[in-house]
Amino acid sequence: MCLAIPGKLISITVQLDDTFRQGKVSFGGVVKEVNLFLVPEARVGDYVLVHVGVAISVIDEEEAERTFYYLQQMGEVANEIPD
Amino acid sequence: MKYLTEYRDPQQVSEVLKQLASIVTREWTLMEVCGGQTHSLVRNGLLDMLPSRITMVHGPGCPVCVTPASILDEAVALAMRPDVILCSFGDMLRVPGTEKSLLQAKAEGADVRILYSPLEAVRLAVENPSRQVVFLAVGFETTAPANALSVIQASKLGISNYSILASHVLVPPAMEAILADPDCVVDGFLAAGHVCAIMGTDEYGPIAEKYRVPIVVTGFEPLDLVQGIYMTVAQLEKGEHRVENQYARSVQRTGNTMAMGSIREVFTVSDRSWRGLGLIPNSGHEVKEQYAAYNARLRFGLSTTAVENDGGCISGQIMKGLKKPRQCPFFGTSCKPEHPMGAPMVSSEGACAAYFQYAAESAISE
Ligand code: SF4
Repeated sequence: MCLAIPGKLISITVQLDDTFRQGKVSFGGVVKEVNLFLVPEARVGDYVLVHVGVAISVIDEEEAERTFYYLQQMGEVANEIPD
Repeated sequence: MKYLTEYRDPQQVSEVLKQLASIVTREWTLMEVCGGQTHSLVRNGLLDMLPSRITMVHGPGCPVCVTPASILDEAVALAMRPDVILCSFGDMLRVPGTEKSLLQAKAEGADVRILYSPLEAVRLAVENPSRQVVFLAVGFETTAPANALSVIQASKLGISNYSILASHVLVPPAMEAILADPDCVVDGFLAAGHVCAIMGTDEYGPIAEKYRVPIVVTGFEPLDLVQGIYMTVAQLEKGEHRVENQYARSVQRTGNTMAMGSIREVFTVSDRSWRGLGLIPNSGHEVKEQYAAYNARLRFGLSTTAVENDGGCISGQIMKGLKKPRQCPFFGTSCKPEHPMGAPMVSSEGACAAYFQYAAESAISE
């Protein structure tokens, strides 16, 4: 139930009142209308984490890279991470 | 990066597992708090791949599983009213109430609708001005902001036919209830990543300190989970008990301030009954007085007293990590996903349903 899925913000469609701020988010090609009220910092091109139709966090690319760097340090990640 | 497939690479998972095996020197019992993590651990067969000295027990983090029968009864009573459209997340429909589930109410003619988002319920209220739209607002801290936002939107739109039946629960008080139990078996926790995306990680420091348990905020993909387990075990082996964040790509220490603000705007912390665990003080949300018009309990004058009787279901012991689903005498016999006796057999994030569904594919060790 607490499932939240990362998707790419491809456009902002409703901007008028922040409570209703909306955008289109692509989940591997499947595009859905998502509320953006909770992520005012989200820009087109960002990956956002979406839960029950609402974006709850902008995914931090640097931190994601760091996770893999940490794994590499453990001697884990042999190959480059594909983009 | 797509932030999904990268975290499912079996090669990397097995390398982390190798590292894990190399640091384990004794038996440890870890609890993953969130039902989404339970589902992922079981579905990906990770329980079978862990070193044998590590036992995972499955916590109370499935909102469907912990919603008490009394709230289902309230929802069923509302659904049976001809003026009401009762909306809910799909998972809630088969959860047994005292007499019937929402699915049974629907079969008897009640207008029960499955929605993906509470914001759709607001739209439904706009489209059906002559009906009362009620959203059964279950969920942890992850879902509370969306439910709050539905009330804020309805209030801004001046809608008078929308209300929510709040059944929110909070994770830290439940973790404390588990740790304070004298029979507690949990040595370390994987904290629920998406709850922390909202609330941040500060709430867990005092718990880690007081009960001397490591708490590692963890994501949901296989690589997240094995890394979270590795980090927890590494602390345990060193005798440490800190809060760490495996899921930093989505979780900031301070959480999401907009989301916390929305929760504070609409809800106030209240006592809450958990199915299987009983009443836990300050472990839920109720709608604030200021938004009383959107509180279905007040609007329809519902009374919340009901006797919880789960007919022998041992979900409480399972959620405390004291028993595994297969140790329940009803598992797979009188209790199956098609006719669940308890909520953990309903939702795919409930430990019982997760074990039942995937048992055929992988022999889950006890
Ligand atoms: S198997 Fe059924 S009765 Fe037993 S604990 Fe799980 S949900 Fe309850």
